[in-house]
Amino acid sequence: MKILTGNDLPTGDVVWWTGSDWSRHVEEAADVDEQGEMIARQEEAARRVNAPYVIEATATPQGPRPAHIKDRIRALGPTVRADLTLKPADPDAGNWVI
Amino acid sequence: MYQYDQYDQSIVDARVEEFRDQVKRRLSGAITEDQFKPLRLMNGLYLQLHAYMLRVAVPYGTLSSRQMHLLAHIARKYDRGYGHFTTRQNIQYNWIKLEDAPDILAELAKVEMHAIQTSGNCIRNISSDQYAGAAADEVTDPRPWAELMRQWSTFHPEFSYLPRKFKIAVIASPEDRAAMRLHDIGIELLEKDGKLGAKVFVGGGMGRTPMIAPEIKDFVGAEDLLSYLEACLRVYNRYGRRDNIYKARIKILVHEIGADEYRRQVEEEFAHVKTLGIDPPVAELERISAFFAAPAYEAGAPDEIDLSDPDFRIWVQAQTVAHKQPGYTIVNISLKPIGGIPGDASADQIDLMADLAEKYSFDELRVTHAQNIVLPNVKKADLYAIWQALDAAGLATPNLDLISDIIACPGLDYCSLANARSIPVAQKIAERFADLDRQRDLGELKLKISGCINACGHHHAGHIGILGVDRKGTENYQLLLGGSGAEDVSLGKITGPGFDEDGVVDAIEKVTDTYKALREDGERFVDTYRRVGIEPFKEAIYG
Repeated sequence: MKILTGNDLPTGDVVWWTGSDWSRHVEEAADVDEQGEMIARQEEAARRVNAPYVIEATATPQGPRPAHIKDRIRALGPTVRADLTLKPADPDAGNWVI
Repeated sequence: MYQYDQYDQSIVDARVEEFRDQVKRRLSGAITEDQFKPLRLMNGLYLQLHAYMLRVAVPYGTLSSRQMHLLAHIARKYDRGYGHFTTRQNIQYNWIKLEDAPDILAELAKVEMHAIQTSGNCIRNISSDQYAGAAADEVTDPRPWAELMRQWSTFHPEFSYLPRKFKIAVIASPEDRAAMRLHDIGIELLEKDGKLGAKVFVGGGMGRTPMIAPEIKDFVGAEDLLSYLEACLRVYNRYGRRDNIYKARIKILVHEIGADEYRRQVEEEFAHVKTLGIDPPVAELERISAFFAAPAYEAGAPDEIDLSDPDFRIWVQAQTVAHKQPGYTIVNISLKPIGGIPGDASADQIDLMADLAEKYSFDELRVTHAQNIVLPNVKKADLYAIWQALDAAGLATPNLDLISDIIACPGLDYCSLANARSIPVAQKIAERFADLDRQRDLGELKLKISGCINACGHHHAGHIGILGVDRKGTENYQLLLGGSGAEDVSLGKITGPGFDEDGVVDAIEKVTDTYKALREDGERFVDTYRRVGIEPFKEAIYG
């Protein structure tokens, strides 16, 4: 599957396209198929996202898992500071990245 | 320390308001990201892996307590409670909001700080010896010259759009503590026939094409130094390549035309530049130098102190360096606790270091290119109190220049350019060699890790260097041996095929075991490597 990601313009937060809006949680990302570039252009023009790009991901029961480690780190947070990730209380979250 | 005059303050204040307006226009949609990106980069604001990252300039690594407290305040109010000290002697914040950036810059301006020229193809923060003004071995204090260069290079109209970024280091000691010859221009201040001047090296750097800067001028009088630098930059600005980002640094120009031809062109340009009156009048030099006058040292301060506490004694032996003033010493504060993140400090730790500087070091701190902090002017009699305070805050690791004193870039945990993580590798190495006796037995061993070819972690200059690469989507680590950023400058050589994260830690242990087996009396790791070559180490790693 293909999913669309970028950064929230005023805050810089990593965001994922859900099909109708942007979410901080990659689990909510929608498969954009071949529509990603078009959605990216529209959303960037409307200043709802900054620097969007399409990535490959794998569909899992827990939601999409980005194919590349860089995007998995973007999705969760730094692997060296569990307290700064989106799931600070989940001891298995790091395994999802690696 | 230097203090802004009305011109310094007014240009920084004006830049803050200019950027405030640019951010407002970006958020309103009046300008696009393509238009805004170069503007935010000129103010040190990057878009990194998780958020915006702000790189704040620390001119030649020098900070007052007031400035250090402000850095803690920014970490607390606008970031996530910490900052990252970098190999350019700067500090970076990793979780900045665009909408907060103008307010942060306004707060910085109030303590004479900014983020100008911490990005972009301009002359970046001038770096220098962290022991400047205090070192027992220096010819002169390099800070007034670094400050002069800061003023000359700030908003320099000719050099704001160079072919590529440009880094200058200035030192004034035979011992190079600033990796001077791995800069675009390296300046060694020295005396010749009783006259102050500089030896100038041009065309060094790390990155994907590491080069050691050749000597371009054996001596230029101090009164001509700015004109000579202007000439060096002009030749580069004229002939440096703008068609290929990978060949745009001055090192490529000097390498391609040769040091002799580059020198000839610089001399020709210098003859012209010298007629323009760029060099400052003596009165201006004296005005700047006065800010760096020696502090009011206590005469007769004792050199002997009580070292009966064994942990304190170890820390003193490891972390203090000879000072030019009897009864005083230079204190290195390690930001490399075992298992910690190299260069990171919490807001509370930053505040504590500021307090200690205010109380014990004439209100001054330094950031080192090795990502540690220095208190440059400490009375030996105050060391025990300082050590106790640092120890209570997790800042008393006695590992200066040992294998766990690792330089590491932020790597893939934070950086959008990185191919692999650096920090976890640094942590695993430090944990593997956590035993202090083992580290001390290995002696000086500078280990440096970069998460990509851009070499922010100085891997080329490590006695042991590690370069993280992306091998078909998997992190892989190449090992280099034999580099040095010091006065015995050299570039490391790759040992062979790379390793995974655990594999590279194992390989380093084999390297250090080999060193222990082969070393002769008094040899550091890099000395043994240079004597025996790479083969015994390769045999141990891959054999």
